[in-house]
Amino acid sequence: MSIDAAIRLSPEDNVAVCRRPVTKGERIAVDGIALIAEDDVALGHKLALVPLETGDKVLKYGMPIGSVTCGVRRGGWVHVHNMKSDYIPAHLRDAHGDHA
Amino acid sequence: MSWLGWQRRDGRKGIRDVILVVYLVECAHHVARRIVEGANDPRVQLIGFPGCYPNDYALGMMKALTTHPNVGGVVLVSLGCESFNREALAETLSAAGRPHDTVVIQRAGGTRAGIAAGQAAVERVRAAADAQAVRVPMGVEELVVGTICGGSDGTSGITANPAVGRAFDALVDAGATCIFEETSELIGCEGHMRSRAASAEVGAAIVASVEQAERYYRAMGYGSFAPGNAEGGLSSQEEKSAGAYAKSGARPINGVIVPAQQPPGAGLYLLDVVPPGDPKFGFPNIVDNAEIGELMACGAHVTLFTTGRGSVVGSAIAPVIKICANPETYARMHEDMDVDAGRILDGAATLDAVGAEIVSLIEAVAGGAETKSEALGHREFVLTYKATGPAGPSCLAA
Repeated sequence: MSIDAAIRLSPEDNVAVCRRPVTKGERIAVDGIALIAEDDVALGHKLALVPLETGDKVLKYGMPIGSVTCGVRRGGWVHVHNMKSDYIPAHLRDAHGDHA
Repeated sequence: MSWLGWQRRDGRKGIRDVILVVYLVECAHHVARRIVEGANDPRVQLIGFPGCYPNDYALGMMKALTTHPNVGGVVLVSLGCESFNREALAETLSAAGRPHDTVVIQRAGGTRAGIAAGQAAVERVRAAADAQAVRVPMGVEELVVGTICGGSDGTSGITANPAVGRAFDALVDAGATCIFEETSELIGCEGHMRSRAASAEVGAAIVASVEQAERYYRAMGYGSFAPGNAEGGLSSQEEKSAGAYAKSGARPINGVIVPAQQPPGAGLYLLDVVPPGDPKFGFPNIVDNAEIGELMACGAHVTLFTTGRGSVVGSAIAPVIKICANPETYARMHEDMDVDAGRILDGAATLDAVGAEIVSLIEAVAGGAETKSEALGHREFVLTYKATGPAGPSCLAA
């Protein structure tokens, strides 16, 4: 089925949600925008549709879901290693992020 | 949409006919569990409260749960010296017309005698419930439906949760009462919720309840965000919130209710689960089943439970319909899932189609069909200490 590998939930979003696992280096299209995945990105995880800089708001569903903590390349995986909540820190179990 | 329900003497109608065995302190738990095991009847179910100190919230919850319309009769199991006000609970059961009996282990003569007395009490209560059982037609306008999410991931907010939102819209349009909850998982959505409030007063109460949730969880040091949420692709509380919020659909929010408060009429309500003031007794709800318990105490006949990571739980008293958001999880855990909403991801189904499937399934379950968790024997229940808060404003839809 020729369906986009990731979905942009709202037109103003700067991230898209993967509808299936995406592999680093894979060429994908989101809403007619072509990009190359810079990381492996799992189902349900987010990738950047534009380059993101520290302090940028991450937009999903058309609303801010947190702030960027270190630069993300276009097509890069956006998650707890490079963004954080603007409300309450997330708490994690293993070593892939900052413990709250 | 209509089916045969159970007419209760207090005027309410249920979709199950459960006989509850209720331990009133942890010290009575073992005896109560043995009473339930001895009955060997899926209709006879165990709930309880572990603490020895009194708590108004726990008493109010127990009054609401033991008189839930799905409950046909009740056996209370007390050790004898605990603080729980078993007499007040028994009076509530009498007033609601529910056959009931109380076993006090210290009076009965210990474990063995308590179990025997309890098993005899179950027989009497079940017989009395059967003798007064009246089956009557019941429709969607008499149905209360709750929703929660558990084990959310990055798929929850784009498949199962918005599909439940479509189901909620259809149910509200058909005259049902729908309840969504967990204000801590609505942090970041308060502005949009206010725009859906049925009145300015309800809007202000919604915003205040979410602000209180943020204050409370900040003081506790943790948001409502589990490690599995992050593994599933969610990166922040507000991202989880935006996905969770989709369960509420798009209809006006008629009011804010508190645990054990019955919604005053049909339509959509927000259940504010966070107590007022500074944190007291710990987290507002320690786990998903504590939230399901509060939805049931507000009258929910059935709960729609969305999950991405894959929860397996059900509940005592009221069936839980599990809606799986993630196709990878569904492939692994389909025996536990009632609805495969992950089909939406690859375009195999639309949100509207899955929403309609959920509504059809609610009708079947209301008519007696077993959910996956019921068939697997899940009857989880948890109730802990909490501070009580005043009821919020609500308005009846004209």
